[in-house]
Amino acid sequence: MVGTAHPTETLAVTPEERRKLLQELLAKRNAGGLKTKDRLAIPPQEIPEQDADARRRNVSEVALGYTEEQARLEALRCLQCKNAPCIEGCPVRIRIRDFVGAIAEGDYRKALDLIKENSLLPAVCGRVCPQEVQCQEKCTVGLSLKDVSKAVSIGRLERFVADLGRNGSAAVPAVAAPTGMKVAIIGSGPGGIVAAADARRAGHEVTIFEAFHKPGGVMVYGIPEFRLPKAIVRQEIETLKQMGVKIITNFIVGRTRTIEQLMKEDGFDAVYIGVGAGLPSFMNVEGESLVGVYSANEYLTRANLMKAYQFGAGADTPIARSKRVAVVGGGNVAMDSARTAVRLGAEKVYLIYRRTEKEMPARVEEVHHAKQEGVEFHLLQNPKRILGDVNGNVVAIECLRYELGEPDASGRRRPVAIPGSEFQIEVDTVIIAIGNLANPLIRQTTPGLEFNKWGNIIVDENCRTSMTGVFAGGDIVLGAATVILAMGQGRIAAAAMNEYLAQKKLTRRNAV
Amino acid sequence: MSHRIVSKKQIGPDVFWARVEAPLIAQARRPGQFIILSVDNDGSERIPLTIAGADPTTGTIELIWQRVGKTTARLAQLNEGEQIANVAGPLGTPTHIARFGTVVCVGGGIGNAPLLPIATALRQAGNRVISILGARDKSRMILEDRFAEVSDEMIVCTDDGSYKRKALVTEPLKEVCQRSPKPDHVFVIGPTLMMKFCCETTRPFGVPTEVSLNTIMVDGTGMCGGCRVEVGGQAKFVCVDGPEFDGHKVNFDLMIKRINAYKRQEQQAYEEYKQHQCKVGLGN
Ligand SMILES: Cc1cc2nc3c(=O)[nH]c(=O)nc-3n(C[C@H](O)[C@H](O)[C@H](O)COP(=O)(O)OP(=O)(O)OC[C@H]3O[C@@H](n4cnc5c(N)ncnc54)[C@H](O)[C@@H]3O)c2cc1C
Ligand code: SF4
Ligand code: FES
Repeated sequence: MVGTAHPTETLAVTPEERRKLLQELLAKRNAGGLKTKDRLAIPPQEIPEQDADARRRNVSEVALGYTEEQARLEALRCLQCKNAPCIEGCPVRIRIRDFVGAIAEGDYRKALDLIKENSLLPAVCGRVCPQEVQCQEKCTVGLSLKDVSKAVSIGRLERFVADLGRNGSAAVPAVAAPTGMKVAIIGSGPGGIVAAADARRAGHEVTIFEAFHKPGGVMVYGIPEFRLPKAIVRQEIETLKQMGVKIITNFIVGRTRTIEQLMKEDGFDAVYIGVGAGLPSFMNVEGESLVGVYSANEYLTRANLMKAYQFGAGADTPIARSKRVAVVGGGNVAMDSARTAVRLGAEKVYLIYRRTEKEMPARVEEVHHAKQEGVEFHLLQNPKRILGDVNGNVVAIECLRYELGEPDASGRRRPVAIPGSEFQIEVDTVIIAIGNLANPLIRQTTPGLEFNKWGNIIVDENCRTSMTGVFAGGDIVLGAATVILAMGQGRIAAAAMNEYLAQKKLTRRNAV
Repeated sequence: MSHRIVSKKQIGPDVFWARVEAPLIAQARRPGQFIILSVDNDGSERIPLTIAGADPTTGTIELIWQRVGKTTARLAQLNEGEQIANVAGPLGTPTHIARFGTVVCVGGGIGNAPLLPIATALRQAGNRVISILGARDKSRMILEDRFAEVSDEMIVCTDDGSYKRKALVTEPLKEVCQRSPKPDHVFVIGPTLMMKFCCETTRPFGVPTEVSLNTIMVDGTGMCGGCRVEVGGQAKFVCVDGPEFDGHKVNFDLMIKRINAYKRQEQQAYEEYKQHQCKVGLGN
């Protein structure tokens, strides 16, 4: 950047200089002289990160968060567009323009309150939402600078105010007078958490049933600590408890009790199903049951939920001590697996993906971080089989090279195998991260509930299922989706549920 | 939810029995199902144990386990009145109980525990039950009396001959298969190798043989795939598709390799645990 025409770009590098720049800009704005041109000239604020070498050996969070000066500088980049196109890009329509404006004003409390009108988990979403294909993709600043990575960093700003709010004593949301209605929430992922909070706020008695011994869903067993500190999720769960939501762990709906039993025998008036996807796909290639082949779900659960990275030092769950790892897939789950393998001490981690980087569904930031941490990308390649030794241990993965052919139904160019292009990579561990299907347990145990051909629950626009009083949302409805979409559905479902219960109460009262 | 140990005793050299509070599981469980437990909430491993019995009226289930590693050793250290932090279940597909005719139940060592509820249910369904129980030696023979209550015929043997007949279970199993008429169905639960050889024994006779597999598990709900085995050339998840499978189709050799995947790490953890126990004077 040195030597560019804009003095601001060369200036804002040290904290001192940033402070000075912020003061100048604020003074200019107060005098009414801060033009679009000036705002566009403010350098995009990079988020401080742990050094790539250091973080290969720890599980602490990679991105450290904005300082106050950075947050305000970044917020001043926002043009306060009349039509606020960013909001259209947000699945839950957070009032982005206004909260960014509040940060520029230095009113962080207000910014957080504005976000919380639409999103209950800003500290999570600020960290894991794919902003570059949501709000930030639409941002006028990015479009003006012809680079989506130069859009206003809405996610980082969201995280900034959410973290300030977390460190302060966040108020426990008010709960309405008891309605006498009982709500069961199945699954404690982001959708379940939001549905529980909203139903509880309406005064219903709410119980969350969770199969695992810890609540939080994918946020605790899937997404690693270095990307989403578990303390954040714990705090959200704590808030639910303080609101009076009951959380019952080790309870597998369909096995411990069925939905029918919950409703007919245990007196639940309404149910939200948010059980996630939860059935790992395998490739159906030779060698997939060898020792050292994991689904990403297993690998990440061992590492995150069971803390296998502390094996022998407080944790009893083992995990392969791999030297050379192949991860198959190109989504967030694949990046998380690869980066976890790095942290568990692997010397070589290969990421094998059958399309090109452009088609990767992972967040751009995760791809970038994975590369920084030394993960080697093998693009346009796909496994043909996995080879083992006499003891059944993985020794190599055999891949085929691919090229991009005609676009398929999704509009993405279909990868086509190049015949005879087989080659082998020597590895001791293979992690398969090619997606999740719907877990069939609820389907098998809930007659009357309708599913589509992929096993996802069918719902209407209000997240109502085919069964009266039963609502559903998140990955079990959408297929593997995102935290924010699950949250959004949890909210829609809770609204429909609250309405249903109000109606039910009315008819019940009229009946007596 | 609380999972208090109501009563507990040692029933073999390294074998323990406990009755544990778990009212919902006691009510819902069917023969063949199992639970997953962890001794405490942070750090401890999740392990599957079959439900050996259940009493819905007292809301308790019976667990039997062998002390083979750190988790089972810690479980053995717990006293009556103490809690097991997490018990989740019942998991797995219940045993398909039908009126087969004559059924042979083959149990090996600790495998007798999960086999007992199956034998009981088979008898209740009107089958003639022949129980073949095996153990390494006399001290390791468990639940013989309770099998006697539900069996029409009992064949008990030990590897070393220290109790009743000196034989491996495959020997009497073969004899029973040679009878005329041959048995209609066989259930085998025991060490993986024993199950493998029992399946080889019944295969030439064409007697359908079901085995209950005990693989490594994490969640127990089909989410991780860590429990997968090859059955008839296809990957199956033991925790949801099983634990019982057609033994003639199971790839036992691969399964044995998979269950030993963490042997070294597990042994290391167990050794460290034992040393620590000795230091604080709790070892036994
Ligand atoms: C490794 C990984 C990384 C990801 N990274 C991102 C990311 O960066 N950004 C993003 O937006 N999204 C990401 N996702 C996707 C996102 O996590 C999911 O879309 C989201 O969590 C789905 O939420 P949900 O409400 O459907 O419930 P889930 O989070 O799926 O949780 C469901 C819960 O239900 C429980 N459950 C299941 N069956 C039962 C039952 N029968 N009885 C009781 N409880 C049950 C499960 O144990 C689980 O706790 C990632 C997913 C994974 C696996
Ligand atoms: S589109 Fe960008 S510049 Fe416009 S209001 Fe939204 S964040 Fe601000
Ligand atoms: S134990 Fe995870 S799928 Fe069976």
